[in-house]
Amino acid sequence: MKTLKVFGSLIKDAVLEVTHGSKVYHIWMAVLTFIMLLGVYNYSIQLEQGLSATGMTDRVSWGLYISNFTFLVGVAAAAVMLVLPAYVLKNIDFKQAVLIGEGLAVSALLMCLAFVVADMGGPARLWHMIPGIGVFNFPNSMLAWDVIVLNGYLFINITIPLYILIMRYQGKTPNPKIYIPGVFLSVFWAVGIHMVTAFLYQGLQARPFWNNALLGPRFLASAFAAGPALIIIVLAIIRKFTEFKIADITIKKISLIVTVAAQINLIMLISELFKEFYAPTHHSISAVYLFFGLEGKTALLPWIWTSISLNVIATVALTFHKVRSNLKILYVLCGMLFIAIWIEKGFGLIVPGFIPGPWGKIAEYTPSFVEIFVTLAIWAMGAFIFTILTKTGIAIEMGKLVYKKK
Amino acid sequence: MDETNKKWYSLNLNRSKKSESCGCEKSAGSCDSDKPKDGYDQIMDVSMSRRAAFTKITAGLLIGAGAVSSSCSVVGSDESKEKSAMEWEEYFKGNYKLMTDEEKDKTINRLVRSYELNTGKKINMSSKDAEENVLFGYAFNISKCQGYMDCVNACVEENNQDRTTQMQYIRIHEMEDGKGFNFEEADDNYYHEVPAKGHFYMGTQCFHCDNPPCVEVCPVKATWKEKDGIVVIDYDWCIGCRYCMAACPYDGRRFNWKTPEVPEEEVNKNQHYLGNRLRKKGVMEKCTFCIQRSREGKNPACVEACPTGSRTFGNLLDPKSNIRWILENKKVFRLKEDLGTEPKFWYYMD
Repeated sequence: MKTLKVFGSLIKDAVLEVTHGSKVYHIWMAVLTFIMLLGVYNYSIQLEQGLSATGMTDRVSWGLYISNFTFLVGVAAAAVMLVLPAYVLKNIDFKQAVLIGEGLAVSALLMCLAFVVADMGGPARLWHMIPGIGVFNFPNSMLAWDVIVLNGYLFINITIPLYILIMRYQGKTPNPKIYIPGVFLSVFWAVGIHMVTAFLYQGLQARPFWNNALLGPRFLASAFAAGPALIIIVLAIIRKFTEFKIADITIKKISLIVTVAAQINLIMLISELFKEFYAPTHHSISAVYLFFGLEGKTALLPWIWTSISLNVIATVALTFHKVRSNLKILYVLCGMLFIAIWIEKGFGLIVPGFIPGPWGKIAEYTPSFVEIFVTLAIWAMGAFIFTILTKTGIAIEMGKLVYKKK
Repeated sequence: MDETNKKWYSLNLNRSKKSESCGCEKSAGSCDSDKPKDGYDQIMDVSMSRRAAFTKITAGLLIGAGAVSSSCSVVGSDESKEKSAMEWEEYFKGNYKLMTDEEKDKTINRLVRSYELNTGKKINMSSKDAEENVLFGYAFNISKCQGYMDCVNACVEENNQDRTTQMQYIRIHEMEDGKGFNFEEADDNYYHEVPAKGHFYMGTQCFHCDNPPCVEVCPVKATWKEKDGIVVIDYDWCIGCRYCMAACPYDGRRFNWKTPEVPEEEVNKNQHYLGNRLRKKGVMEKCTFCIQRSREGKNPACVEACPTGSRTFGNLLDPKSNIRWILENKKVFRLKEDLGTEPKFWYYMD
């Protein structure tokens, strides 16, 4: 009963907190709301017309939505790279970053779920998946696994920070015996969500471009580069706009994680390219399409080469300690890496899986405006949720939001 | 289907064969509803009542929603009330594969009645189950096919495919002589007089694999292999995630990107729940070997329409069937056999 009262008071205080802020804050939230409304309008068009409002066809049946979904699962999983050292290795530097990381994981997961729902032909029939009233093809379907692990991960990442924040809110110290097991679980779970998402593609013998043993590990490596890179950028912004203190050393430690993961990712990329192009087989044809185009169809060429160049430049630059230590340059490199991996793991991975089709048909995919606006809106929704979560979290951490006993 | 009973050569991929007695995935007992219920059935009965509870709860919650408000409305006509009540029950019905015979009859009556309310015309919808000792297979004679595409047209008419997007289950690939089976260079969308000189033709469609990857990946079991080997879809259970489409190596599946349209006078009114009944937007569909015909002992529409006799359909378990004669006497092959999908669709040449 008492906990409920505290929780209710926390919600009230949090609503007050997130509705008050600087002018910049209000403009930021207004812009996000506007983009979301635009997305809602476009989604209503899609609901009305069906998925024919998107650029997807029978030939390329997954597009921008599933691409972003795949990428964001990685971002969500990467939060764990900060959770682990902070709680388990007692590395004090990371503690502030963790809160941000968990907030990011929750927002990224909600975006993932939104992208999946946006991609459904019959979103109204999604209750068919709910165990008990629906039918769940478990353990055969990897998509069923994915639904379980994503929702489980969401649950873990909501409960741990919630517990910590509620304790802090009451001025108490959180009991490590309660949350450390949860932290360990979430560490394994994070690897799990990403491997399962990779298996979703990897397990399809119909698509040689995905049916590749390196896909899972490569997902992890690229996630642990892109996720923390985003966290560095977010931390830099938070440092600038709030009084929340984040030490340089925290950012530098995270940049080490980004660097190592980006290096591993690059090695795997080279390994993949070697396999596809040293002794090209019939199965290399999707890679040929992606990197060089087929029969004059070259829609993905500018994207993938932008991605490769950004990736190589950022990874090489990050490797040098001196370059990495300059925070201004670090932010730029993290931004480059983030975009590179978003392209590579988004439509650089999903679209070529369908091209050429099973009988060699080359039909390209261009997202429609409806699709683009819905995608932007889901990103805006993620940013909106993240802002609310971190603003409340920071206020509690700073001791501004405290439970008052009446 | 055990190994000893198998009538064709297949890869030995060390796949542990699931002991499937029928499409309901029960290894023991039977799926007849008149038999005493055990195991799976009991679980499903619970889930049905849960769904019923869910239906009622949600109906209560959404009392303001259109469907409910008009069904409870005093001013609405009886017909519109009946319609919304039916829509409501249709929305909350279960997976066809797990329905009892009574539930199957109910949903079919609703579908027939709602078509009547909408158009004033009667349709005939069957829920006929697979027969004992029947396993359907298909053979395609590459030497005979001339690319007339009569099969494609017959298929569209028989199966009520969307006319506006020209959805077709069958693709006829026009290949150049001397290049072998080169699908990459083949044209599956030609508009010229056939047979074109120096070309041969090959048709593809859903191959009704014995080990179908599309069935494995479906997160809600909306698609499954029937006892007679036909891979079917419950159009009302499909959530439209298109994972099966990505998993099919043969381009056998189609998606309703928009609401399918068939002019009323062109609708084939002889329908089967798992076959050619009218679909809605956002669901998968595909060739069902014309389940509404084949389960009545007829040939699929494509076989009947083919003017060259390149298509043969029949029961693989019947030693006297034409399909068995072809498998035993012709040099048959299947496409992408290395994937281990075991299509029940063979090609051969004279």
